[in-house]
Amino acid sequence: MNWTRRHVLDTDDWSRDEIDTVLDQTRAMTEILQRPIRRAPPLRGRTVILFFAEASTRTRVSFELAAKALSADVTNITASGSSVEKGESLYDTVRTLQALGGDVVVMRHASSGAPYFVAERTDAAVINAGDGWHAHPTQGLLDAYTLRDALGDLDGKRVVIVGDVLHSRVARSDINTLIPLGARVTLSGPPTLIPTAWRGGQLPPGVTYESDLDKALEGAHAVIALRLQRERQESGLLPSLREYSRVWGLTADRVARMRPAAPVMHPGPMNEGVEIDAAVAHGSQSLIEKQVTNGVAVRMALLYLLAGAPTPSGVPAPAVRLEATA
Amino acid sequence: MLVADDVRRAVTRIAHEIVERDRDLSLLAIVGIRARGDALAARIQAAIRANEGVDVPLGAIDITLYRDDLTRIGYAPVVRESEIPFSVDGRVVVLVDDVLFTGRTIRAAMDALVDYGRPRAIRLAVLVDRGHRELPIRADFVGKNVPTAASDDVRVHLTEVDGRDEVEVVTKVPA
Repeated sequence: MNWTRRHVLDTDDWSRDEIDTVLDQTRAMTEILQRPIRRAPPLRGRTVILFFAEASTRTRVSFELAAKALSADVTNITASGSSVEKGESLYDTVRTLQALGGDVVVMRHASSGAPYFVAERTDAAVINAGDGWHAHPTQGLLDAYTLRDALGDLDGKRVVIVGDVLHSRVARSDINTLIPLGARVTLSGPPTLIPTAWRGGQLPPGVTYESDLDKALEGAHAVIALRLQRERQESGLLPSLREYSRVWGLTADRVARMRPAAPVMHPGPMNEGVEIDAAVAHGSQSLIEKQVTNGVAVRMALLYLLAGAPTPSGVPAPAVRLEATA
Repeated sequence: MLVADDVRRAVTRIAHEIVERDRDLSLLAIVGIRARGDALAARIQAAIRANEGVDVPLGAIDITLYRDDLTRIGYAPVVRESEIPFSVDGRVVVLVDDVLFTGRTIRAAMDALVDYGRPRAIRLAVLVDRGHRELPIRADFVGKNVPTAASDDVRVHLTEVDGRDEVEVVTKVPA
């Protein structure tokens, strides 16, 4: 298929074809990362701006490595120490990004929807690297890639997602990517951390909720444990971390309820001993490090596809822009 | 232009020429350029095995990311996986493609190949040389030289990809 999307803001309206295209291109990118010289030239002369207005190390570094592996120039704008901290509005930051002439803006923001705001106001292609509770599309895609790589076809496979689904952009993006690929998703976690409508049975197609984690894991093909934000306990949604760990933590015994060798994943960073035991996180079924490696390849695939996509004017973006900066 | 028998003979002859040129088969490797050069490379490798009883390392390379027109074409062409399951350092690598035309694909393939290491030499084998070079590149082994007009379309069909072996030249009729 011909790639036509300008931005990667959310995967909720992606077709199976589009997801497959990204995953297939990811496979080709994986090979580049195994070469003696881990670099190819397609984004030479292009600038990728990493705009992270919310703390992140692994996602930012992953995008940076991905952009560099494709020979792009990379510039960082972080929240702390930048004009954002000095009170600049998102609108003014966007104007600055526009004036800098980046070809791709990768952004993370604490407010859901912020990447849409930026995408509407700049010529650059925008990739959402996580916005509020809303979406984290590249995480969803890399999880789908990692699972497809481990299980082969995802058709009919059942994946358990356990933890704080309510506040998790990862859970939403995982669902948006896994369901079109034919997988089924079983959510599990404390009822207080599941969206009310979902808890009440109004779930998206292919998704179920099972409050009993042991039952949810029975015969499952894979499990993804979500990170538990410690502040959830402070806000009264959890009795205690120990209680959470006892009821919802991934232990070796629980993992054994799944099919033999079923993969265990986690988006990181992990609270070992809370949502996942160290023995499971570093055990033979863990694909957690694989997720990190695959993350770079998925982001390479997206950067490549977006850089080649037609601009609104119908012609590809010039490699070098000579715009006057106001 | 070329029928199945011609293609078969060309592959066999190229395989002989490669061995005659670089007699030390232990240094040799064959790398095909996707999507049809890799099929031809596999045939050449099989012919060398049949003639010499030696299994020469075989690889496939995709040159999409090395194209010089990526910023012009307005879409992202599909990248296929490269497979070079051996070290190219110190080897004589024979690049294989179906058609040699402007030479730009070969330039890209050479750039891609040297990202894997430093070959002792790179040689080029093509099924058809149709002329109209835009870069200073020539083939070491040629199946058939085919004079064409720049606007002609040279179509190579191979059983592995297209279900039959045939090369045809389609001349554009001026509208």
